[in-house]
Amino acid sequence: MSTESAELIEKKPSEALLSKRRKKLISDPLVDDNPITIQVLGICSALAVTTQMQPTLVMAISVIFVMVMANLTISLLRNTIPSRVRIIVQLAVVATLVTLVNEVLKAFAYDMYKELSVFVGLIITNCIVMGRLEAYALGNKPYDAILDGFGSALGYSWIILAVAFFRELLGSGSVFGVAIYDPISGLFGENFSLATNGLMVSPVGAFIILGLIIWVQRTKTGYVEH
Amino acid sequence: MELFNLAIRSIFIDNMVFAYFLGMCSFLAVSKKVSTALGLGAAVIFVLTVTVPVNWLLNEFVLKEGALSWAGETFATIDLSFLRFIMFIAIIAAMVQLVEMVVEKFAPALYGALGIFLPLIAVNCAILGGSLFMAQRDYTLAESAVYGFGSGTGFFLAIVALAAIREKLKYSNVPNGLKGLGITMLLTGLMGIAFMSFMGIDL
Repeated sequence: MSTESAELIEKKPSEALLSKRRKKLISDPLVDDNPITIQVLGICSALAVTTQMQPTLVMAISVIFVMVMANLTISLLRNTIPSRVRIIVQLAVVATLVTLVNEVLKAFAYDMYKELSVFVGLIITNCIVMGRLEAYALGNKPYDAILDGFGSALGYSWIILAVAFFRELLGSGSVFGVAIYDPISGLFGENFSLATNGLMVSPVGAFIILGLIIWVQRTKTGYVEH
Repeated sequence: MELFNLAIRSIFIDNMVFAYFLGMCSFLAVSKKVSTALGLGAAVIFVLTVTVPVNWLLNEFVLKEGALSWAGETFATIDLSFLRFIMFIAIIAAMVQLVEMVVEKFAPALYGALGIFLPLIAVNCAILGGSLFMAQRDYTLAESAVYGFGSGTGFFLAIVALAAIREKLKYSNVPNGLKGLGITMLLTGLMGIAFMSFMGIDL
């Protein structure tokens, strides 16, 4: 950017804290441009933790934290990073943040740390994080980058929470660890018993549930892939 | 024999894609044609076979608790395992770069085939996942080499099979909302059921 145009931008009246454009940064990734169902990013580390709601929630919060902080850091550094080494710099920033999350989990929620095992570490290679850093944070101001990261992470979170909801409900008969129906005596007494579906606990259930969610979501938004 | 069992286990039973969802991004994005899937699959085998043993060395002699004891008494109690993520990813990024340069110099034909996939691989979760699983399961050096090769082969099989199915799928009439990602997820689920049949193998 030349200095002339930079001055022009500075002279403009400052934008409202939550202007229409900035609200769009958050709301777009929720439905219309969802990172998982539309952009096909970040499926890697997401599905493995979705057998239960609780670890999924922890995972979602971790991803929100990492994405917001990484977007902020890279956006602050955007004018100092040479483009040749940007991937390594991005990886280093993300890996540091993920190490932080991992250590906090280890210290304060050891059970959760055991349960999530390597999948917290795999946030590093979550394509959403790298994708947003590359596509947005490298070229935009810090505040916008924070909003963008927050929006994308929320879009990711609600999809994995939805997958986890169905998998836990159908696979273990509970939601957030609270039993909804008894697998043996069923929801409405013994005459109408509802067995849990073992397939939902296995990886296969995740693929199929996500496939169906994508179907419903894309039919609603009218998005067609060619 | 032990090593052979580990190889079979990591290829079929603990398949990277179907059991652990690793490498899904590239698995979904690069499986439209068999020829590109072959290229990516080969690159993944290659990189995993190299990075897992190298990361094993790093973990064993630098990062593990007490690993630095070779450097003297004062270092014997240091535990650097919290640096694992950042060191592993740095090694992977560096190795991928190195592999790319070596392949370009000595096997230009292979470089032409793998070329565009190699940089992508640095951020493939299957690669980092392989190293993290290796550290978690306390493999030996030989085991980690076999594990790297086996899980790479598992990924190769999965992506080539999916690409072959998707090539045929072009001619079928899929509902609009399911086109692309949706039908691919369902297909992956069905392939996962097929792979579940390997679980019965007693090793």
